[in-house]
Amino acid sequence: MIDMAPNLVLVVTIAVMFTVGVYLVLERSLSRVLIGIILLGNGANLLFLVAGGRAGRPPIVGLEPEGQMSDPLPQAMVLTAIVITLGMTAFLLAMAYRSWQLNRHDEVQDDVEDRRIARLAAIDLRAVQDADTEESGQSLDEEAEEARDETDDRREGGPS
Amino acid sequence: MTDLSWLVPLPVVIPLFSAGLTLALYRRPRVQPIVSVSALTLVLLASVALLVLADDGPLVVDVGDWAAPVGINLVADRLSALMLSISSAVTLCVLLYSLAQGRDDDEESAPISIYHPTYLVLTAGVANAFLSGDLFNIYVGFEILLAASFVLITLGGTRDRIRAGTIYVVVALLSSVLFLVALASIYAATGTMNLAQLAIRLPEIDPGVRLVLQVLLLLAFAVKAAVFPLSSWLPDSYPTAPAPVTAVFAGLLTKVGVYAIIRTQTLLFPDGRLDDVLMWVALATMLVGILGAVAQDDIKRLLSFTLVSHIGFMVFGIALSSDAGWTAAIYYVAHHITVQTALFLVVGLVERVGGSTSLTRLGGLAKATPVLAVLFFVPAMNLAGIPPMSGFLGKLGLLQAGVQAGTGLSYVLVVGSVVTSLLTLYALVKAWNKAFWQSPSDQPRPVGMPFGMVGPAAALVVVGLVLTFAGGPLYSYTHRAADALRTRTPYIYAVLPDGQRGEGESAEAADEADAVAPDPTPSATVGGDGS
Repeated sequence: MIDMAPNLVLVVTIAVMFTVGVYLVLERSLSRVLIGIILLGNGANLLFLVAGGRAGRPPIVGLEPEGQMSDPLPQAMVLTAIVITLGMTAFLLAMAYRSWQLNRHDEVQDDVEDRRIARLAAIDLRAVQDADTEESGQSLDEEAEEARDETDDRREGGPS
Repeated sequence: MTDLSWLVPLPVVIPLFSAGLTLALYRRPRVQPIVSVSALTLVLLASVALLVLADDGPLVVDVGDWAAPVGINLVADRLSALMLSISSAVTLCVLLYSLAQGRDDDEESAPISIYHPTYLVLTAGVANAFLSGDLFNIYVGFEILLAASFVLITLGGTRDRIRAGTIYVVVALLSSVLFLVALASIYAATGTMNLAQLAIRLPEIDPGVRLVLQVLLLLAFAVKAAVFPLSSWLPDSYPTAPAPVTAVFAGLLTKVGVYAIIRTQTLLFPDGRLDDVLMWVALATMLVGILGAVAQDDIKRLLSFTLVSHIGFMVFGIALSSDAGWTAAIYYVAHHITVQTALFLVVGLVERVGGSTSLTRLGGLAKATPVLAVLFFVPAMNLAGIPPMSGFLGKLGLLQAGVQAGTGLSYVLVVGSVVTSLLTLYALVKAWNKAFWQSPSDQPRPVGMPFGMVGPAAALVVVGLVLTFAGGPLYSYTHRAADALRTRTPYIYAVLPDGQRGEGESAEAADEADAVAPDPTPSATVGGDGS
């Protein structure tokens, strides 16, 4: 049975990193989001160190008594996670730069198409114009009336 | 039986190796396709072989011959092998399609030299996630496929793709951080990452902690699988990518998340304490997704929304926590991968012939290109679940399982799925009317459809139909898969034959492990003895 009581300094650091990270991720500018993601990722890495239990001697068999070794598995996983985060950060950075190249800013933009549909809904318009039923733009009553009164003069503006 | 477990790592190793090869051959655009096509063909063959072999029991490989709980292991059981076979068939078809598109189109929409390596890495990541018997290795698989998908979704770096890609990348990275947090907490609580060992140890820890771990994992996977309310990134980011990329994303990436949910829910958390929550979430996913689809007037976005909505069906099946529910859910995943990919490929053809994906501008395609009309109509009806196609079989299975469960909530879900199916039919029929029957606003450009593009799309449509005709055997296969998932022991014993250790080489460690075996809590020696 090993001592799993977490190191308080690590826990506080993790809490601070996650708080700041969440705040930054909610920003609009991609570079701030990027820093937020780095902080979050490193907070998660520190969490792995806490998960490994108490710090101990280097885990090399034959060099150290086995009871005093620290658990190497979380360290291996943290290494993997750090490498992955590095790659992702590089990609995100490149994307922020490309966005700046194209738009002169790196704001994360809204879903344009979604905004269009929402605006249509707000003014109660159809998203799709039905070419075969809506082209006349008149109500069924008007259409019926027109169909019945063939001999009468056409209403003005009515399409033929 | 000769030991054929060497087949298991192939679906990961072959694409990764060929990815390196195609990257080295980036100056030879003629050789690249040959390498990637033959690699994916080999993967397909290996997966089908695994599909047959795994029916006799899971195949396990301890990577590097390290014993299971210390080393990483790959496991091909029925569920993994089925997912793997379907996904490799789909990736091969999409690759062939994109090759033909690349031959005919300009560079911007076409595969550039980076396309082949990235695509192969993507398939390796998907295979790794399916085969992994280690939770951390699943994370690595996810990251491999995500990194590749980032490149594919921003291919060419145009304004639209960068805008859509930004959202996709940020959301994906956030879900990865969540996954990492879940992994760290799981390791802190149990001291292992091996799925089989977790299945043994998790029931022993405090139920409250277990619930937290379950919620964390579910959140991470739900973002990837696009389960409402974590789904809004999907319809925004998928449609801007090139047609083959969208197709493979829609078919596979969300299903990897669904697979991870199935795996963890069945193997790690069999007590089903979150099933009611999952039911409500499934209902919301179905309805919100399909209502979104009804409102759209762009056919790619419409299909993206139906994708979200049909994830709800699978979550419904998982949440039922019964043999019947899981059987239907697994069948539904297989059906949905092929149908959704086929639809996106056909829409790529529609865009090519009609010059647009807007339903207002498309028109008259049924008369102009009858072949395309058939190719769209069959998978569309299949998605909506018109009998006798595979969509109908999957939905029928889910409804039966729901009625069998017999709780009030499951009846609500049954009604919800029927309503969703009808709305899917409505949305797709609307798309059909607009794109294929409406009189065209302008004359369609006379664009030929190269056989290289029609062929793979047609092949996928046919695979969808084969799932129907082979419905009986396939359904009994998924039933056996679900049965193994429920009993859990085949998986655990395949990985850890004596309940403690895998078959890799660490005899010395195994002796030590026997000495400390009854202690389920993490101990420094368990981690440190992988010599």
